[in-house]
Amino acid sequence: MKLSEIFGTAWEGITLNKVRSFLTTLGVIIGVASVIIMLAVSAGAEAAIAEQINGLGANLIIVAPIRGVPGASRTLLLDDAIAIEKQVVGISGVTAEQLPPPQTVKANNVSLDSIPMIGTTSSFPSVRDYPVALGRYFNNDEDERKSKVVVLGSGLAKDLFGDESPLGQTVTIGTTKFTVMGVMSPKGMVADVDYDGRVYMPISIVIQKYMPTTTLGGDRVRTIYIKAESQEKIPSAIAQITSLMATRHEVPVSKPDFTVQTQQDIIATQEATTAAFRDLLAWVAGVSLVVGGIGIMNIMLVSVTERTREIGLRQALGAKPSDVLLQFLIEAVILSLVGGIVGVLSGVGGSYLFGSLGSMRTAIVPLSIPLAFGAAAAVGIFFGYYPATRAAQLDPIDALRRE
Amino acid sequence: MSESLIEVRELTKVYGADDTEVRALDGVNVDVQRGEFVAIMGHSGSGKSTLMNILGCLDRPTGGEYILDGRDVSRLDKNELASVRNQKIGFVFQSFNLLPRMSALANVSLPMLYNGTEKLSAKDREARAAKALESVGLGNRLHHHPNQLSGGQQQRVAIARALINQPALILADEPTGNLDSKSSVDIMNILHKLHQQGTTIVMVTHETDVAAHAQRVICVKDGKVISDGRDGHSPCLGQAVGGGNETE
Repeated sequence: MKLSEIFGTAWEGITLNKVRSFLTTLGVIIGVASVIIMLAVSAGAEAAIAEQINGLGANLIIVAPIRGVPGASRTLLLDDAIAIEKQVVGISGVTAEQLPPPQTVKANNVSLDSIPMIGTTSSFPSVRDYPVALGRYFNNDEDERKSKVVVLGSGLAKDLFGDESPLGQTVTIGTTKFTVMGVMSPKGMVADVDYDGRVYMPISIVIQKYMPTTTLGGDRVRTIYIKAESQEKIPSAIAQITSLMATRHEVPVSKPDFTVQTQQDIIATQEATTAAFRDLLAWVAGVSLVVGGIGIMNIMLVSVTERTREIGLRQALGAKPSDVLLQFLIEAVILSLVGGIVGVLSGVGGSYLFGSLGSMRTAIVPLSIPLAFGAAAAVGIFFGYYPATRAAQLDPIDALRRE
Repeated sequence: MSESLIEVRELTKVYGADDTEVRALDGVNVDVQRGEFVAIMGHSGSGKSTLMNILGCLDRPTGGEYILDGRDVSRLDKNELASVRNQKIGFVFQSFNLLPRMSALANVSLPMLYNGTEKLSAKDREARAAKALESVGLGNRLHHHPNQLSGGQQQRVAIARALINQPALILADEPTGNLDSKSSVDIMNILHKLHQQGTTIVMVTHETDVAAHAQRVICVKDGKVISDGRDGHSPCLGQAVGGGNETE
């Protein structure tokens, strides 16, 4: 029997009960689609994380305190940032940041509650690759003199002043009046922080006015960002920073109370988490594909039983065991391949749909398409083989006698 | 090639073993000449169905020889038996055994799909199936499905299917068992016509009036041939052999 004829015969078997064939295929469709969607979702999450972290600025080294390390009594100080800037070679800039509690901001007739604040040193725009769009950033002098000046995020400037120029205008933060020196360029959300909605002010003012006084002497900061001169200088800079900080904090290098990381380190850490998550999702999706395969086997067994008489007749008319085997095997494979095709289409469509909903980013992994499709075909052959051999081994006399 | 289409020598078929041993066929010897129309009669359990299955190459004998068209087919494997059934034998069943979802044309074409020696194109197959259906008077029912046909028409489709690979032998198992008397007459007329055209027919039946159509009647009882008569001179025809309408 020619293969095309066997295909025809198998197709007739499938169309015999369309609803049942569709429901059987549904298992594979869901399996294949979920493999593709799960991988697209986790690839999308990875891409989003990498983009956000890279969005912090280029060639950055990030120093942050570890809290709760036994014996670590000190946290990061503004003096640490100054010391790094003076002593470490191969860096082009250092900035320190501190985040005070959100404040009420008033300008003209507008009053906005809970506006996030950030205190930085004057080098913030250059270290973080985040330029000022209008006016200028405060300089080092203004920072040291604790001048009451601020720079506004682009969105906040619009909210407070509309189309009016905010430059030189006065804003009241809490009860203190500040002069607006500049407006930052639009940046959007990076790592869950809305850069356009913040007030940027000298870190000296933040430490003086908004942070509880430290009992340890010195001015605590939240994060220190160091910009290396180039990618190649990063390892040496990290080594210098680590040893300098350990000395300043009087802790052994092996047991620091701070972390020194690059963006790549952070991306790698994040990716390790998402990779584990992705593998889990892929396994779950893979299991659903196998369950779909069991569905095919189940329905093929029912089909063989129901069509025993047909099988007997075909045998009487000259069908060899191999003809019967192929007929039912190909039927199972067609079911799973159709499920595979529809599953790939709905997986790709579903990935785009999830991505367009906005809450989630998706990136279709090209390899996942042949992978899922191939797995569907393999499932069809694997789970179709047993029912097909059952059909092929039927005795024609018994089969013909069956009602 | 010998004159005999079928030569059966000391055929036995034994089911089970030792205490539970059942000898369904116990040393059967039958010859059927080319062009003969033979009826096999017997009660339920007489062994006539077992004989039919072996003659139809659906089953293999435990012992003895079965030579069909000059070839010993008693020891062939499943694949060889399938191809013998396809090439040499056309089956007509009591319950027609048409595939319900297929047109008459597709049902008649079915044996050609499994024909390994004569590979026909789809178009040739269709033409040949149409011709076969015309020869049984169903030229205007080619695309009807079995449920759109009467019992007699369905059995005619089955006969067209049996003839499609030009077999050496037509095996009819109670061909009129599910038909009313008028349709039965039609079917017997078709079988007669085929016989006159030289087709060899072996028919199993328990109805004496149906068996009377045959040239020759072989009576089977307890796995043995008890009589073999020609031209109406069979002891079987004198008495009621069958018991009701049961099939074995």
